[in-house]
Amino acid sequence: MKSLKNHISLIIALFTVLFSVQIYVAVDRTIEAYENRLKNDYSIIVVSHKALTPAEFKAMDSLIERSESIATDQVLERLKGEMTKKNLDLLKLTLPKFYRLYLSRFPTPQEISKLQKRLEKHSAIERVEGYAQTHDTVYKLMLLFKDVVQIFSIAIAAVTSLLILKEMRLWQFQHADRMSIMALFGAPVWLRSAVLFRLAIVDAIIATIVLCLAFFLIEQYGWMDLLLRTVGISIELFDFINDGVRSLLIALGVSIVLTLTIVIGNEEEE
Amino acid sequence: MDKVIIAENLSLSYKEFETIISKASFSIDAGSFVFITGASGSGKSTLLKSFYGAIEPRAGGLMVGGVKMNRISTSRLNFLRRHIGIVFQDYKLIKEWTIEKNVMLPLIISGYTKEVSGPQVQKLLGHVKLIHQAGKYPPELSGGEQQRVAMARALAHNPILILADEPTGNLDEYSSQVIWNLLEGANTQLKTTIVVVTHHIPSSITIPYKHFHIEMGNIHEIS
Repeated sequence: MKSLKNHISLIIALFTVLFSVQIYVAVDRTIEAYENRLKNDYSIIVVSHKALTPAEFKAMDSLIERSESIATDQVLERLKGEMTKKNLDLLKLTLPKFYRLYLSRFPTPQEISKLQKRLEKHSAIERVEGYAQTHDTVYKLMLLFKDVVQIFSIAIAAVTSLLILKEMRLWQFQHADRMSIMALFGAPVWLRSAVLFRLAIVDAIIATIVLCLAFFLIEQYGWMDLLLRTVGISIELFDFINDGVRSLLIALGVSIVLTLTIVIGNEEEE
Repeated sequence: MDKVIIAENLSLSYKEFETIISKASFSIDAGSFVFITGASGSGKSTLLKSFYGAIEPRAGGLMVGGVKMNRISTSRLNFLRRHIGIVFQDYKLIKEWTIEKNVMLPLIISGYTKEVSGPQVQKLLGHVKLIHQAGKYPPELSGGEQQRVAMARALAHNPILILADEPTGNLDEYSSQVIWNLLEGANTQLKTTIVVVTHHIPSSITIPYKHFHIEMGNIHEIS
């Protein structure tokens, strides 16, 4: 019973580390998906007194993915009743060209500013509208969210690592007799500590299985997916192969490194 | 004759100014049976500890099985311990392991496979008359039986030297006699060097032995 309690403590601690890492990964994926959505919606408007080809725009900055011309016909159509055909033709000739520029990825505010300046330097371009202020607010909010989650994950990882260390010290005390008897017969440190490593590895595997089950239930229940769909995002919260393998490697890494810390620390004390 | 233990001006202490053994010089021949006696707290167990590297010489030199014990490295000490069998008054058996696995311990440490160590363990358990208890755990056995398991463990890897610290201190007369017989047998049949720390030398000992007595930190060879 006591041993089971010790196992549960380590499994919960490892599960917490894995869960916080997976939440960070999921938030990262959500932000990436949101950035993608913003990128598709976001464009820069350019006003030019000369017709410019998509190739010309692309040559101006590598961030520009494609460009499309904004048709002025609809505006002129509205003016048909108010102006004579002669004036309308004259206006059509003097009216500048409007372009919408789409970017290859969601830019940072600095990148927008640089791109805007570069476009404005072009002799044909009269005006550029980057909607920098709206963009900046959204971007900053996203970064803030990402940073908060990151700090939260690091704090959880640090606290649970200390808990795991404490748990392993308990294990070490429990197995101290066995380890000292083995030492009397010349067992090397890795053999003496094999029991600790075995427990750490078993608990790392169990913690990963529990994590997989937790995300399986979250996906089955579907409330997270529903929440994301309301903001127009669809992501895979937990990829059972890639995320599962990564989680197992993290759990094994954390538990083995912490066991090594205890074993090496103890050897130095001896 | 080869020497298994050589001490030259050996001093032992736990604290800097509290010498337990002072400038002792002696040697123990290979294949001999040696008793170390002395009053409680005289330092006989400390001397035995220095033979298996649990305490380092404060001054002087100590060689065990050709290995210098002064500032010995962990790997060298492990190597030496793999060639020594130790028997303690409190048996020092691993409670969570079966009797069979306890006896197997030195063979596991030396890297023998179960195929090799299995028959050897069965033979030893037969020798100490505990073959029927092989699957039991130490707390299920009496003190005498546990000490016989410890003896079998000490013999499992054919050590060059067996160190016994008050091996019969906790046992009744019958169990004590069994242990003395086993130690005598190891010495006469396997030619293993035996060093026993004890309060009294049993009168039942039939083989020739060497006797060291410790008094006031000095070691005297009695016979």
